[in-house]
Amino acid sequence: MPRPLLSVEDLSISFTTENKLRREITAVEGVSFNVMEEEVVGVVGESGCGKTLTALSIMRLLPANTSFSGRVFFQGVDIFSKKESELRDIRGRYISMVFQEPMTSLNPVFTAGYQIAEVLMAHKNMGKKEAMNEAVELLRAVKISSPETRVKEYPHQMSGGMRQRVMIAMAIACKPSLVIADEPTTALDVTIQAQILELLDNLRKDSRMSLLLITHDLGVIAEWAKKVEIMYAGRIVEEAPVREIFLNPRHPYTIGLLESLPKKKGEKLTPIPGQVPRLSDLPAGCKFSPRCRYAIKECNLKEPELAAVNDKEGFSGHLSRCIRAKEL
Amino acid sequence: MKDILRIESLKKHFPLKGGNILKAVDDVSFSVKEGQVFGLVGESGCGKSTLAKLILRLLLPDGGKIFFDDMDVVKARGETLSKIRKGLQIIFQDPFASLNPRKRVVDAVGEALIVNKIAPRSEIKDRVVELLKKVGLNGETLYRYPHELSGGQRQRVCIARALSVNPRLIVADEPLSALDVSIQAQIINLLEDLRRGDGGAELAYVFISHNLQVIEHLSDLAAVMYLGKIVESSPTNELFKEPLHPYTEALLSAVPKPDVDKKSSRIILEGDVPSPVHIPPGCPFHPRCHRRFKPCDKEIPVLKETSNGRRVSCHLWQ
Repeated sequence: MPRPLLSVEDLSISFTTENKLRREITAVEGVSFNVMEEEVVGVVGESGCGKTLTALSIMRLLPANTSFSGRVFFQGVDIFSKKESELRDIRGRYISMVFQEPMTSLNPVFTAGYQIAEVLMAHKNMGKKEAMNEAVELLRAVKISSPETRVKEYPHQMSGGMRQRVMIAMAIACKPSLVIADEPTTALDVTIQAQILELLDNLRKDSRMSLLLITHDLGVIAEWAKKVEIMYAGRIVEEAPVREIFLNPRHPYTIGLLESLPKKKGEKLTPIPGQVPRLSDLPAGCKFSPRCRYAIKECNLKEPELAAVNDKEGFSGHLSRCIRAKEL
Repeated sequence: MKDILRIESLKKHFPLKGGNILKAVDDVSFSVKEGQVFGLVGESGCGKSTLAKLILRLLLPDGGKIFFDDMDVVKARGETLSKIRKGLQIIFQDPFASLNPRKRVVDAVGEALIVNKIAPRSEIKDRVVELLKKVGLNGETLYRYPHELSGGQRQRVCIARALSVNPRLIVADEPLSALDVSIQAQIINLLEDLRRGDGGAELAYVFISHNLQVIEHLSDLAAVMYLGKIVESSPTNELFKEPLHPYTEALLSAVPKPDVDKKSSRIILEGDVPSPVHIPPGCPFHPRCHRRFKPCDKEIPVLKETSNGRRVSCHLWQ
């Protein structure tokens, strides 16, 4: 078995509320998963499920009021034991990130070209001129038309799709081994989304990168991911290869998400009843049990482990956090 | 069946600084029958929200006509206008922004009942409880403020408020896009249940969304907008089975499908949506079109009926 490129082990993240109560709230609990070389791993969940915090923790970009435990290994090196200065060498060079909102993640007072060049100057010891020339090539690689002119433009002069291309150009500037894309197309229109995802996937194949793709869109997952992590209330509730997730889901939440998708006309949808619980007010036992139609008495007593579903001989890649996973 | 809404060559042009004109809605015509769901699809900036505001008379058009139940919406005054306002309601995209943060649910929903003299003050509470029940909220919500509710609950309150005046048509402008997937399905089911109604007159919707699966699921008729114009309109099932306009075709193929066995062949459009201030000459879609040919960059195609109930504006079909 080859060594994973990224390995997240028992990651927990909690933060203290800023009001007078100063309660400790656990936003991510016991999250573990691997990303192999050149693999696309999708992380799916609804707002507040902890998927963005998980992504940020890999780069150790968590907000100041958070505390975390667990370990993150990147190419065998423990990221959490690194000093801030050492992390700066890793960020942008070996692991980079594409955020959801390109308008707020680009700096409005610098040109697109300079922001790309900055990455190269910081990590590749390039001079400004050389880096700017390289920035033009990167803009060409992300299929921006007339890159020689665009390189001198500011983010506000560009459309949403173009800004996201600039973000991608920054992310791939140093040919990192891992790109984390947090809802990279949520702010974009469908035709632009298709362009961006196709681009990201082609670049990934060309430069043999791994991609951690965070999204709430199951369509995006079905078409691009190889392995899927489903998150609910800060926990991974199911992990499986993408085909297994869609054809043989083994956690009631995953089943619920799939049944919530609009079908053909006239077919009634089966939504998940109720709403996502507040992190400050999580139910005892299985966190999904109050909304679960398969729930039994035992579900409220003890939180189930994320365990292998073993329904095929010798296959252990399908995990579910449900005591009834085998009967579903 | 009778038309509940009829729109004829509607235009809304915004003058900009420097003498440019933004043609947000340009020569749009369609009609919606009683109890029908009319789906309107398009990407951001195509004019679909401007169209919603025009229908509600939140904006006045620069040309064209809007008839609601045979009443002229643009010219209506006094009693006719208040009749239109009661019959025609809107649900906005963002339930966080469309509820007054200082009003409790009972006041937000009850206000419409008082203003329109639908119920005396003494009965407001009971009527609001009834409305909340209809949208799947219990009486506990009555004295809550919007910040105490989840996104899905807030959207339900907005729907209850729209229903309070017994409308016959609801314009829903991206009512799902601020909500999570599992909550979206709840709201879709609710809107469908309300449509069938409880014995009363059937409710019609103009349902605006960029989400094609939702349009396919909900609507009877669908229209696709591009740069202020309808480029194709058709019964929904036919539009999805066999799109006629190349833009519709590309739009449908661009949607990632949650189906692992059907790897779709995607048509990737070139470039961005052009700015509605500088609309390309000829067919507005031709610079991005994968099927363009000779006349496309010179002649503007007209929206023409091809077969029963299908209209398309493309030189391929002229």
